[in-house]
Amino acid sequence: MSDVEIKTLTMNFGPQHPAAHGVLRLVVEMDGEIVERCDPHIGLLHRGTEKLIEYKTYLQAVPYFDRLDYVSPMNQEHAFALAVEKLLGIQAPERAQYIRVLFSEITRILNHLLNVTTFAMDVGALTPPLWGFEQRELLMEYYEQVSGSRMHAAYFRPGGVHQDLPAGMLDSMEGWLKQFYPFLKDLEKLLNENRIFRMRTVDIGTVSAAQAIDWAFSGPMLRASGVPWDLRKAQPYDVYERMDFDIPVGKTGDCFARYLVRVEEMYQSARIMEQCVKALRTVGGPVLVDDRKVAPPRRGEMKGSMEALIHHFKLYTEGYKVPAGETYTVVEAPKGEFGVYLVSDGTNKPYRCKIRAPGFPHLQALDMMTRGHQLADMSANIGSLDIVFGEIDR
Amino acid sequence: MKELGDHIARATGAVPSIRLGELMLETTPDKVIALLAFLRDDPKCLFKQLCDVSGVDWPERPKRFDVVYNLLSLKNNQRVRVKLQTDEATPVPSAAGLFSAANWFERETYDLYGIWFSDHPDLRRILTDYGFEGHPLRKDFPLTGFVEMRWDDVQKRVIYEPVKLQQEFRRFDFLSPWEGSIQRMLPGDEKATEEGKSG
Repeated sequence: MSDVEIKTLTMNFGPQHPAAHGVLRLVVEMDGEIVERCDPHIGLLHRGTEKLIEYKTYLQAVPYFDRLDYVSPMNQEHAFALAVEKLLGIQAPERAQYIRVLFSEITRILNHLLNVTTFAMDVGALTPPLWGFEQRELLMEYYEQVSGSRMHAAYFRPGGVHQDLPAGMLDSMEGWLKQFYPFLKDLEKLLNENRIFRMRTVDIGTVSAAQAIDWAFSGPMLRASGVPWDLRKAQPYDVYERMDFDIPVGKTGDCFARYLVRVEEMYQSARIMEQCVKALRTVGGPVLVDDRKVAPPRRGEMKGSMEALIHHFKLYTEGYKVPAGETYTVVEAPKGEFGVYLVSDGTNKPYRCKIRAPGFPHLQALDMMTRGHQLADMSANIGSLDIVFGEIDR
Repeated sequence: MKELGDHIARATGAVPSIRLGELMLETTPDKVIALLAFLRDDPKCLFKQLCDVSGVDWPERPKRFDVVYNLLSLKNNQRVRVKLQTDEATPVPSAAGLFSAANWFERETYDLYGIWFSDHPDLRRILTDYGFEGHPLRKDFPLTGFVEMRWDDVQKRVIYEPVKLQQEFRRFDFLSPWEGSIQRMLPGDEKATEEGKSG
């Protein structure tokens, strides 16, 4: 047989592809069905968020954080609120901290429900998303009740949260939690032992612990590789240190381990929610700091007090000035470590606000994870990365 | 934390400081690789994870850019920030050889600020459009940009045009206690000048 020169085929994937979870373009070099190299081209959803924030007051910057990772909006507001609070030297009242933790965990469930179910859809199962999205709707109703918006809430503000919970919400949440555990069990029954699902995910995209650390993985991606690290435990913020919950850690670091970690995290989030609901029945008090130079007055107060009206006007036009300084503040967002590197020069606008999105280094590692796998495994890998382009492209 | 800062300073010559409970080390472009390698491998540091690389622009300084590295030690549950100054011409050695994650972070910093990283394996633009000109996060880059894009129905393709605005972008000066655009003539002001001329 004579020598045949085999040339690799360069193939384009995306930018609009159902398995790309947004606008991802991949340039893939293929040797037959085997991926030799893949080069993600990102930035198709780049909206210049960091630049825009430099031209807005601190309060006006909050809604931009909802629009980064649009399936876990409140966690990102949380990071920004904590960063600003750190520079201002204030702390949210206790009740506000409980509400924040409660809604952070609701957001985590929202995010994991979306990721786990669409991941299943990527590898061929259609029922999980249909079931999961029903639960997501129910949770988004809580979002709507506190903020008026199902997704882009702008609810966590520097200094606390914008409004207290409406009457009856805690009872309704208890009811929701009761039916959520059986739902999760059902979801697991669909996937855990499913032969197709296992064949598509076990031993696919295996990442060792050393690799995960080197590639700056965080969140479920890092834990699935066997590193017990969670910022809620290691560097607790708000009232997380009072919460009793476990950190699931994966053993194998493949797509299936990442799925298992996320499902277990939903159980744990529901546990935290239960504890918050219980605590919120007894912990009273304000939900926003009582400092009129940072937090606007309540609506009712404005009707009678001239002073309150002036404060309201000043805060919503000029905003507040933040003392000069810099901080890198992180939260454990559902996708991993979400950080805000905030530089203030003492004016009412951030001088620099760098957003450290967890999905950015995860997607970077796609090339490493996919090499040597088949093309079809690439979509399983992308699904298990849990990427959303709002935060990667910013 | 103070102890750790002094330990690093003794070994590498970086200048430590602690503000708001965060440890920061200041260094120079020629020493940064040695410092990052020390931070990663020293048994007291073990900052194995490079969380973030970003730039900050201070146009009034002779060396206008800050490059900021945020590192995390999972072992010691400790964060550290490494900061250095550079300008448009001076390249910063790339950390991609030490941390795989540095690759894209440095591409992003190059894209948005135009900071050069020497020995970088693949220094391309990452977030902006193919063929984009300029570095959008520099302070002298306008918020509205220079070009806008639209679909041209005649040429049947996307074309770029200079930005046309119906109204200038308004930026209010909140630092002065007075109204931002104070040069504007207020009603009644013209009388004062007329009187001044005649009298």
